[in-house]
Amino acid sequence: MAQIMAPTIQCQMRITKNSLTASPMTAKTWSSLLLKQKKSGNTKSLSKFRVYALKSENSTINRLENLLNLDVTPYTDKIIAEYIWIGGSGIDLRSKSRTISRPVEHPSELPKWNYDGSSTGQAPGEDSEVILYPQAIFKDPFRGGNNILVICDTYTPAGEPIPTNKRARAAEIFSNQKVINEVPWYGIEQEYTLMQTNVRWPLGWPVGGYPGPQGPYYCGVGADKSFGRDISDAHYKACLYAGINISGTNGEVMPGQWEYQVGPSVGIEAGDHIWCSRYLLERITEQIGVVLTLDPKPIEGDWNGAGCHTNYSTKSMREEGGFEVIKKAILNLSLRHKEHISAYGEGNERRLTGKHETASINTFSWGVANRGCSIRVGRDTEKQGKGYLEDRRPASNMDPYIVTSLLAETTLLWEPTLEAEALAAQKLSLKV
Amino acid sequence: MSALNDLLNLDLFDYTDKIIAEYIWIGGSGIDMRSKARTLRGPVTDPAKLPKWNYDGSSTDQAPGHDSEVILYPQAVFRDPFRRGSNILVMCDAYTPAGEPIPTNKRFNAAKVFSDPHVVAEEPWYGIEQEYTLLQKDVQWPIGWPVGGFPGPQGPYYCGVGADKAFGRDIVDAHYKACLYAGINISGINGEVMPGQWEFQVGPAVGISAADQVWVARYILERITEIAGVVLTFDPKPIKGDWNGAGAHTNYSTKSMREHGGLNVIKKAIEKLGLRHKHHIAAYGEGNERRLTGRHETADINTFSWGVANRGASIRVGRDTEKDGKGYFEDRRPASNMDPYVVTSMIAETTILLKP
Repeated sequence: MAQIMAPTIQCQMRITKNSLTASPMTAKTWSSLLLKQKKSGNTKSLSKFRVYALKSENSTINRLENLLNLDVTPYTDKIIAEYIWIGGSGIDLRSKSRTISRPVEHPSELPKWNYDGSSTGQAPGEDSEVILYPQAIFKDPFRGGNNILVICDTYTPAGEPIPTNKRARAAEIFSNQKVINEVPWYGIEQEYTLMQTNVRWPLGWPVGGYPGPQGPYYCGVGADKSFGRDISDAHYKACLYAGINISGTNGEVMPGQWEYQVGPSVGIEAGDHIWCSRYLLERITEQIGVVLTLDPKPIEGDWNGAGCHTNYSTKSMREEGGFEVIKKAILNLSLRHKEHISAYGEGNERRLTGKHETASINTFSWGVANRGCSIRVGRDTEKQGKGYLEDRRPASNMDPYIVTSLLAETTLLWEPTLEAEALAAQKLSLKV
Repeated sequence: MSALNDLLNLDLFDYTDKIIAEYIWIGGSGIDMRSKARTLRGPVTDPAKLPKWNYDGSSTDQAPGHDSEVILYPQAVFRDPFRRGSNILVMCDAYTPAGEPIPTNKRFNAAKVFSDPHVVAEEPWYGIEQEYTLLQKDVQWPIGWPVGGFPGPQGPYYCGVGADKAFGRDIVDAHYKACLYAGINISGINGEVMPGQWEFQVGPAVGISAADQVWVARYILERITEIAGVVLTFDPKPIKGDWNGAGAHTNYSTKSMREHGGLNVIKKAIEKLGLRHKHHIAAYGEGNERRLTGRHETADINTFSWGVANRGASIRVGRDTEKDGKGYFEDRRPASNMDPYVVTSMIAETTILLKP
């Protein structure tokens, strides 16, 4: 069984010497990495990346690797920029590349672009141009050199965000002075499931049957317990290389399911980093020949769903007396439960059943160290009187722009009426 | 395994100043490419410094057996991404021993058009969007498609990512870097609407250089698919039914179009193209009638139309051009198997040289 799981393609990457620190990634830090990449002369062709392209047949050499790993910097200043955007379904990622005349350090140096919106369900055929605005740059772990990935959002030619563009509204919220002052931090736990290619069945599961019940798989190791680790590991290094603030990874409760965490990130960066990390994950699974799904309940029955728990804190929550601020935030969230739930991902009702470490979708609850609640507060936070909260409601297919900005809006910009607040405080036994 | 790799990648620089030049030409069908290599004293970057050569035209349907020599004139030089070092690719065109261009040589006429002083003064720029389809080797069926069946309908594949949406990206990415290395002005790539179909763009390039670069880019692509064990096709409608065809949209502008007041020049040019629609269509690629149906983002082959941001028209003008009052337009009629020498020179001829 293990042989089937071991992919025919492997990604080996070596991180550059300037590894990232744990703090949120800013354009400045990234640019200092980029400058260190400048080449001098053409020595032997050392590529830092070996992406093995296709299987070798009949022992002939696959010369595609040499081309894929070709370092063109001695021959041209040109770089390749892969523009990435979100398509019409709100969860499908699209990308195409263009040549840029020389390396860039900031998204403002990149030109706007456009694409055929009629092919992605985002514009009619007789007026099909949708404009791409570059918003965040990451290093391209597949092409190496000075080549980049560019996260974009989408606008009409007149300059209006198109309906599926959720980043524009999030950017507005994150540039509100009150929100800026509170320096909102996010740590997002992205879960995902790997499926076999020609049958819609999870990786490692016998076709026509089921693996043994959940228990041995969470953080498990071994050919009968862990399926697809190469993808998780390759993705980890690819994200670190790219400049994504990935903070960890683990095997999940359901076999074939994994999780990685991105954070702590400030404000809108959280959304940009999550979307880019999802893109990298889909490119890696594409190479290996496995299908990625972000569906929140891929298999019905006694199998865990996939979520996107969002850890959140503000400056006040992280300082002395922060626990009271956290409780007030939870109060606000309890009064807007329905608004949040409707924005927390399609199909979430199949996942939030009250079983499998979730809270029921219709009930709002909170608790310390309680994984069956909507909001969980860690024991550390309770003990130190300050820290952060974990919103366990978002589904794995949530849009991080929506979730992060909604959390900021509800806890920093929105105020309930006094009566509503008092009632809710009573219901949740919260003294605020 | 390793010994063969070492030999293929052997850097001859320290051992000899000889270089290998791969002479490339277009064969008798007008779309098949041929090449053979020779050793020369190097390094050489100027085609004028390269010797003429010849080949057996009776084996490519370009000459009779009793008088089979066809002469190759070097026209453009690029770096060889497969042999690297100082080795080169040489794009050639084909002549009789008496010095006449043979009938399949379309470059000769294009060169005449592009050296006309009126055309030179207008500095015509071209951006060509070459679409192509990848097929599995032993069955004539696109890669990633189940043999004996079809993938899910079009929708998820345009610029898509993921093992169930993008088939053959390694070929496309290897091609991108190989072209950059070679010195081809490749400006971008994307996955297309039909699964297994891709596109690359070359440009902006001036005059005849556009077509030279497209042909060499096609050659490099066919060499890469050969390595990958996949079949390349430029057929304009590889699969019948509700599946997109493959085109070679040609973006075009002249000096006057790029300057203040250019939009009027563009409109006049489009008018002239409308008057010569049948003439252009006949030269825009074999089998185009299977592709230009009026559906799948094409205009019907018998109708000439134009519009701003309209992908169902023969000619599309971008919103930017409309807004700025100057820019370029896109001729969406050429098929993926068009000859860029013919298309680029015909557009220049019709819009610059033709007096209505």
